[in-house]
Amino acid sequence: MDALKRTPLYDLHVALGAKMVPFAGWEMPVQYPMGVLNEHLHTRKAAGLFDVSHMGQVILGGRDAVAGLEKLVPADVAGLAQGRQRYGLFTNPEGGILDDLMIANKGDHLFLVVNAACAAQDIAHLDAAGLAPEVVTDRALLALQGPAAEAALARLVPGVAGMRFMDVAEFEWTAPDGGSATLWVSRSGYTGEDGFEISLPADHAEAFTRALLDQPEVAPIGLGARDSLRLEAGLPLYGHDMDQGVSPAAAGLGWSIPKVRRAGGEREGGFPGAERILPELGKSARARRGLIPEGRAPIREGVELYRTSGSAEPIGRVTSGGFGPSVGGPVAMASLPADLPEGETVFAELRGKRIPARIAPMPFVTPTYKR
Amino acid sequence: MLKYTEDHEWLRPEGDEIVVGITAHASEQLGDVVFIELPEVGREVAAGEEIVVIESVKAASDIVAPVAGTITAVNEALADAPGDVNADAMAAWFFRIKPADGVDLAGFMDEAGYQALIG
Repeated sequence: MDALKRTPLYDLHVALGAKMVPFAGWEMPVQYPMGVLNEHLHTRKAAGLFDVSHMGQVILGGRDAVAGLEKLVPADVAGLAQGRQRYGLFTNPEGGILDDLMIANKGDHLFLVVNAACAAQDIAHLDAAGLAPEVVTDRALLALQGPAAEAALARLVPGVAGMRFMDVAEFEWTAPDGGSATLWVSRSGYTGEDGFEISLPADHAEAFTRALLDQPEVAPIGLGARDSLRLEAGLPLYGHDMDQGVSPAAAGLGWSIPKVRRAGGEREGGFPGAERILPELGKSARARRGLIPEGRAPIREGVELYRTSGSAEPIGRVTSGGFGPSVGGPVAMASLPADLPEGETVFAELRGKRIPARIAPMPFVTPTYKR
Repeated sequence: MLKYTEDHEWLRPEGDEIVVGITAHASEQLGDVVFIELPEVGREVAAGEEIVVIESVKAASDIVAPVAGTITAVNEALADAPGDVNADAMAAWFFRIKPADGVDLAGFMDEAGYQALIG
C-alpha cells in the first residue's frame, strides 16, 4: 500500500491534538479533543474550520474548456457567469455517477473541486477527453462554516462580506511575516451553513489557519463532524449516497441537470449516459429519501428497509445514517421507492428488530446560506 | 477492589453481585456515546455473550457479559443520558450481574494489569 499523503496542515492538526485517520489515501483529522458531537454543534452555533486539502483542485484552461466539460458533465457550464460556481456530476455511459464536483468560472479558466477518492480517476477522465487538466498540488483547501464564518473571515479578508452563496472571488491576504498570498474563495460548503471554501498556497496555509483559529468564533473541526453536518443538511456523499451504479435521478440530483441540457433544451444531452439519464428525470422508480428513525438508535449505511414490520423482501437500503447532534436524534438517507409519500413509515432491520422510520423531507436542519 | 476485562470493562464486586461498566479509555476510544441498549433484568447470560449495544457518533459496538449469570439490575438512566458514559465512565454503570458460580474475579486484571494493556 502506498504511504498516506499529508496535507500542508498535518503538523498543525497533530499539535492541536487531532486524532488522525486514513481517509481516501490521506492522513486526516477525524476529530479534535472537543469531540465530534461538540465540534458539530460548535459549527452550527459559531464557525468551524475544516482542512479539506485532500480534495482535488483542478484548473481547466484553454478555449475549449467550457464545451469540453459539458461533454462530461450535464450542467450549464456555458451559462455560468464569471465569478460564480455551481454543482455538477461526471456521468458514465451506463447512466451512473462517476463523481460530483464544484465548477467555478474564473474568467480565463474553470476551477474544479473534486472528491479526494475520485481525483485520480477524474483527472484521467478529463485528460482522456483532451481537456488538459492542470492539477493544483501546491495549494491547501480550507472550509470555514457556520453563522459566524463571515464575521471571522472578514476580519482577515474584508472583501468576503460582499459575496453571496456560490460566488467565487480572489483576495490578497497579507501574512503576519509580511508575505502575501492569493486566496481563491467561494461562498459555499458542505454543512448546510453559510460559509466559505478557501484555496491558498501551501506555504501560507498554516499561518492563515492559525490566524483564523485566533478568531474567537473559530474552532478546528474534523471529518467526523463534517459527515454528521452534511448528513443533517441532506447533502449526499459520493461512494455512499451515489456511485457508478446510481443515476442522477435515483440519487435525487436531477435538479443539477438544468433545462438547457435536458430533452428539448438548446444543448440537450451530449454527455455520457444522456440517453438513459434524461428520460429518467422526474420518472425514477427510486429516489434518495430522508428518514427519521423512531427512538434513539442510529440507523447506519447498509441497513435494509422493509415496507412493514413483517414483510420478507426489502424495499430499500440506508445509504448514509447516524446520529444528528443538532436534530438530537438519529437521521438517515436511503434509497427507496420514489412514490412512497412523505410521512409514510418504513421499517429498518437493526440487530434482528424492525425499527419504524418515517420518510421525512430533507434537509433535516434549516440551511443558513446567504443568497 | 476493581478488576478489568480485556474488553475494557470495569468490574466492581458488591456482595454476591458484580457491577459492570466500561473504562474511561474505552469511552474515549468510542467517542461521544449517543445510544445504549441494555439487557432485560432477569435475563440469564453466558460469559462472553453480547448483552449491551453502545452506539457512538462513529460506530456501534457491543459489551459482553464478563461471566455467566443473571442480570439483576440495569442503569435505566443511561438510556436517556448516554453521554454520561463520556462524562464519567467509572460512575456510569451498565448492569449488575449475579454470577452463576459465585463472585470470583481472580482471573481478571487489576488496575496495574489494565494500565499495561492499554499502554
